Amino acid sequence: MNNELMFFMLSAVILVFSVLTVTTRKILRAAVYLLFVLVATAGLYFQLNYNFLAAVQLTVYAGGIVVLIIFSILLTSHISERAPIASAARAALAALVTVAGAILTLITVMQFTFRPAGIPPISPNVKNVGRALVSYGTDGYALPFEAISILLLAAMIGAIVVARKESNNQSTK
Amino acid sequence: MMTQGIPLYYFLIISTLMFFIGIFGFLTRRNLITMLMSIELVLNSVNINFVAFNSYLFPHRMQGQFFSLIVIAVAAAEAAVAIAIIINIYRNFRSIETDKVNEMKY
Repeated sequence: MNNELMFFMLSAVILVFSVLTVTTRKILRAAVYLLFVLVATAGLYFQLNYNFLAAVQLTVYAGGIVVLIIFSILLTSHISERAPIASAARAALAALVTVAGAILTLITVMQFTFRPAGIPPISPNVKNVGRALVSYGTDGYALPFEAISILLLAAMIGAIVVARKESNNQSTK
Repeated sequence: MMTQGIPLYYFLIISTLMFFIGIFGFLTRRNLITMLMSIELVLNSVNINFVAFNSYLFPHRMQGQFFSLIVIAVAAAEAAVAIAIIINIYRNFRSIETDKVNEMKY
């Protein structure tokens, strides 16, 4: 009962703040609403006992990406600036497409019967996650781990190169 | 099918609604940073799906959890590169509205 109450509260927070994120006209507020959505999602992961994933969600998403977004908002727009609203025709068309897509997806999902594998579960605790992350073979994820680290390195170097100011020849003389 | 009294379908409904809210934001927003936020919503809803399926249907494996971890890492990389590009666009155009950044459109 408590679980269900918590789940409904978290999902209400997720849905309300998702809508606010995409509809509010103040950009900085949209970023803060996005933060609430991401924290509530971490709450859902905690409910399913995925502690490590919830911690990663809180540190990387809520702690890293949202701060990055807020910094870029402060660098590129004024606090008082309001986002332009889309034209009524465009908004109506987008709403039509998304509502139709959501209804279609929900009908398909609800009609499908999911069957659990029925094999004894392994606990998704940090010990098992850490062991899987450095092992290889059937349940090892060492290769994706290495691939993602190289991707992150390349993305960071690329971001620095793209965002760097063009060096001025006169100042380096 | 029931873990802790919450059916799997509830998670799927939440993630579906969140996904399409993100799509709606991507279609209606005219500002590059708010479009990026909509993409984050979409990625996050997909993560919820992966974790719910892993937890309810295949609790003896860990693929869903690791796919979510990797999606989070890719989202971080994507946000960093996207924001670098947005800052560069702002430097050149003095604006990040998609309507004003259309030099390569025609």
